[in-house]
Amino acid sequence: MRHVLDITDLSVSEIEELINVAQDIIANPDDYREVCKHKKLATLFFEPSTRTRLSFEAAMLDLGGNVLGFSSANSSSSAKGESVADTVQTVSYYADIIAMRHPKEGAPLAASYVSNAPIINAGDGGHCHPTQTLTDLLTIYREKGHLSNMTIGFCGDLKFGRTVHSLVSALSRYEGFKFVFISPSELMMPSYVKANVLDKNGLSYIETESLTDVMPELDILYMTRVQGERFFNEEDYIRLRDKYILSPDKLINAKEDLAILHPLPRVNEIARSIDKDPRACYFKQVQNGKFIRMALIMKLLGLSK
Amino acid sequence: MIVDQIENGIVLDHIKAGYSMLIYNYLGLNDLDCTVAIIKNVKSSKMGKKDIIKIDSLIDINFDILGYIDANITVNVIRDGKLVKKQKLELPETLINVIKCKNPRCITSTEQELDQRFILTDKNEKTYRCAFCETASDSLKI
Ligand SMILES: [Zn+2]
Repeated sequence: MRHVLDITDLSVSEIEELINVAQDIIANPDDYREVCKHKKLATLFFEPSTRTRLSFEAAMLDLGGNVLGFSSANSSSSAKGESVADTVQTVSYYADIIAMRHPKEGAPLAASYVSNAPIINAGDGGHCHPTQTLTDLLTIYREKGHLSNMTIGFCGDLKFGRTVHSLVSALSRYEGFKFVFISPSELMMPSYVKANVLDKNGLSYIETESLTDVMPELDILYMTRVQGERFFNEEDYIRLRDKYILSPDKLINAKEDLAILHPLPRVNEIARSIDKDPRACYFKQVQNGKFIRMALIMKLLGLSK
Repeated sequence: MIVDQIENGIVLDHIKAGYSMLIYNYLGLNDLDCTVAIIKNVKSSKMGKKDIIKIDSLIDINFDILGYIDANITVNVIRDGKLVKKQKLELPETLINVIKCKNPRCITSTEQELDQRFILTDKNEKTYRCAFCETASDSLKI
């Protein structure tokens, strides 16, 4: 049984294959309308994430499949104290594939021990969210036409931002990426990520507190949300959140073909006025998210057009 | 003291001085019915001082636990008064139910029936990470 719990569960060539399938789905959507006919996707969301759940469900529906599941722990048997393993094992007898989200880190791994259906991790606490990373990779590929030799800046909460850690480790497997980490000193990239991913692979990176200083160098700017719940007091939160807002004036020295990414939802870290800028790619990311999930569902079910 | 005082049993030698009680506890030697001797601060040409544990029975030792605590310990297996095996230890690749994950957001904190599973991710630093949440364990430095 093949599960995707972490982005590194997929090899570079498998990711390339997924990107190719996603591109073909985008070009020829009609060819895929019945690929998953009579197949069921269960979306087991032990904590709510409407955005991610709808993306999975739309992906399955666009492949001609069906969806079932629950959208919060209250409406599932776990509210009655059932273990994750028991819930997932039960559902795996009904569904052909499972997308699960859980607030506890490692819950999808625990579920994978007993599941009779492939599991896709749709987010486990601050740990992994591999389909977000696949979405980011597809977006970078579509915007730039390749996955090599670029300078990518990550801005905002780099300490707790799992999407950042995961994308950095995914990109570390490609040629010629330069990393720029832009954050307040309180929210810098954790040293274990730097040591285990960047230093270990001999990759070059810069850490800075200033977004404007590095802006001219960047081919990609990955913005993240600075989350209120990470802070002990409101004052710190507001001060730090506002320090890293992307506004039109900060883009004056940016490259013409900069791609601005954001995993969404945003609070105010990207000014609305930038949405119309052709360099803004975050809503394209949303669309790409559905396409890459379609490709992944097909792969795990062993289906092709 | 010499090894052949035991007829059938196990001698854990070259334990770093002061660590015999830790090993005694980790291996659960308290639960044994046979004689167990802890000999502390034995003079050693190699180590200056060392501890030794003698177990007067051929029990199954969890070599993973021993390797994790200190891979420099020598395990001597004695049968009919003779040294029949000198077991060398290694840092184990995985540790099952030896140490506990300390991350309160880890699934193992709420689902007690799950094994505590740790994986060796850095041999030089002796870093073990939880298989579920990847949190590094507090390192046991010896
Ligand atoms: Zn853990």
